[in-house]
Amino acid sequence: MTSTESLLDRRQMAYIAAQASDARVNVELETEGMTLNIGPQHPATHGTLRIIARLDGEQVVWAEPSCGYMHRGYEKLTEVRTYPQVTALINRIDWLGSFANEVPFILAAEKLMGIEAPPRAQWIRTILFELSRIANVSLFLGDLGVQLGAVTPVFMAFRDREYVLNLIEGATGGRFHPNFDRIGGLKDDLPAGFIDETRVVMKKLRNFCDEIENLLFGNEIFQSRTRGIGVIPKDIALQYGLSGANLRASGVDWDLRRDQRLPMAWDKIDWKVWTHPDGDSFARCWIRLQEVRESTRIVDQLLDGIPSGPVMAKVPRIIKVPEGEAWVSTENPLGEMGYYVVSKGELGPFRTKIRSASFNNISIVPWVLKGVYVPDIITILASLYFILGDIDR
Amino acid sequence: MSSDAPVAEIPGDTRRDRIVDDLRVHLGASLLDSLVKPGDDVWVRVEASAWRRAGEVLRHDMGFDYFCFLSAIDWLPSPYGKGEDDPTEPPPERDDTIRQGYAGGQTRLQLLARVVSSTDHIGVNVKCDVSDADPSVESWIPVYAGANWHERETHEMFGIGFAGHPDLRNMYLPTEFEGHPLRKDFPLLARMVKPWPGIVDVEPLPGGGDDEEGEGE
Repeated sequence: MTSTESLLDRRQMAYIAAQASDARVNVELETEGMTLNIGPQHPATHGTLRIIARLDGEQVVWAEPSCGYMHRGYEKLTEVRTYPQVTALINRIDWLGSFANEVPFILAAEKLMGIEAPPRAQWIRTILFELSRIANVSLFLGDLGVQLGAVTPVFMAFRDREYVLNLIEGATGGRFHPNFDRIGGLKDDLPAGFIDETRVVMKKLRNFCDEIENLLFGNEIFQSRTRGIGVIPKDIALQYGLSGANLRASGVDWDLRRDQRLPMAWDKIDWKVWTHPDGDSFARCWIRLQEVRESTRIVDQLLDGIPSGPVMAKVPRIIKVPEGEAWVSTENPLGEMGYYVVSKGELGPFRTKIRSASFNNISIVPWVLKGVYVPDIITILASLYFILGDIDR
Repeated sequence: MSSDAPVAEIPGDTRRDRIVDDLRVHLGASLLDSLVKPGDDVWVRVEASAWRRAGEVLRHDMGFDYFCFLSAIDWLPSPYGKGEDDPTEPPPERDDTIRQGYAGGQTRLQLLARVVSSTDHIGVNVKCDVSDADPSVESWIPVYAGANWHERETHEMFGIGFAGHPDLRNMYLPTEFEGHPLRKDFPLLARMVKPWPGIVDVEPLPGGGDDEEGEGE
């Protein structure tokens, strides 16, 4: 029938005309830039970070994080504290992996004093360090889902992180702020039953990783929203001082647990550093998933070999650190965290420079957000993974 | 990057001595002082006029491609001590001689930056004297893009200027804030308005007589 044919033709013609007029409109209309303000109170900012983005349509042409909402001035405060008092402050820098914050500072003080913790203390330190990493990064894995619109993983993350926090609480007495590390060793030995309990929990956490991998990483939506998004090449990552999983996701095989000599137990066991060549959001998330798994294996191996002996070296009751300067950094859950401690031979540090991982990791945001689309801002920020306390200090 | 590929079994001190030697070749007399702690770390001090050049040499010629941090140190002993003085008493006498740390120095304010090689994971601490009258150096942003925020922070906290920095706005403090909080002559006001309760760090244990050696097993 010719009438149907012509109807189809007309429809087609109308469609083409509409397309053409649409294109004309887009060409002729001047679009005005718009400024989008994300935060300071936004679920994606893990605290109070404000992102100001200038948009052209859906595309970001300029973006700048504005921090300082949580600046507590720890560098100044350490100058009026004694060395043992400082750990109570620095616990609160990266509040999800608190114990790991204490370790580099204590190691720096020990380095200046020329003492070393006894082997048992080193092993327990390493175990607690890895438990902090698991508690921290497992929450990241759950939170990642929320940023992409999937709510289930976060419940699983909070459920399983609780087991780890219970372990940390059992050993140190504090769920979030253990304040357990001492110059020369640890405050206390492990409680009875810790080793068996930890083995059970590590198994649970490996199950959690499998669940997350199936639920999230295998998900098509997750993949299409993270693969190829927010690519950071290797040399840019190094220039900006990105560290931890963000750096390894850009293909740099560098882990401070393996690549420097520290009086810790990582070099005594067998484990793997994961890297990914892509440098996109997916790579960063995937590396973290693998690192939680690897950490559970590290803890399992460490539990097998804890040496016996004291957990505290002989140190004077009143700690005076000899004059000198020391830099110690460790591979914290968020990346490289280091302390540059200047001592004048007094009870407290003369100056402490706190090099926190998130500060560098987030300083790349203006670079990486240029040209991305609005929904990707959130996934890129989530994949870079920052803790506000770790940016502002 | 660096022509000398990382060899696994070089003892730390030879490698670090070589860093200083290489820097001396590139910078000449602008390399003022250096300190190598074998197996630990290396410190160098360069002239303020050669600050940018030092960064370029480290990154492009010597393979220190990872930017760790940039900050400063104020070597003036704090005129307020630890803020634990009794406000009713006259202020105690304090030693106010300025003594710089590793790799020496002449000025009160010193810049401190650390860069690391991503191939063999050895770092260098670079220091630089900045004069009190005109505390300013050239920005490192063209060399290490990540220096941007660190320079902003250092400018805010120490009042050190960075020529060529596009945007030295405050990061943490309000724009109209006066003073540079991490300078030693900036008082910690919280300690001024209320006495600090934690003056005594270690209280004697009940019944414990040992004062010097205690916490060991």
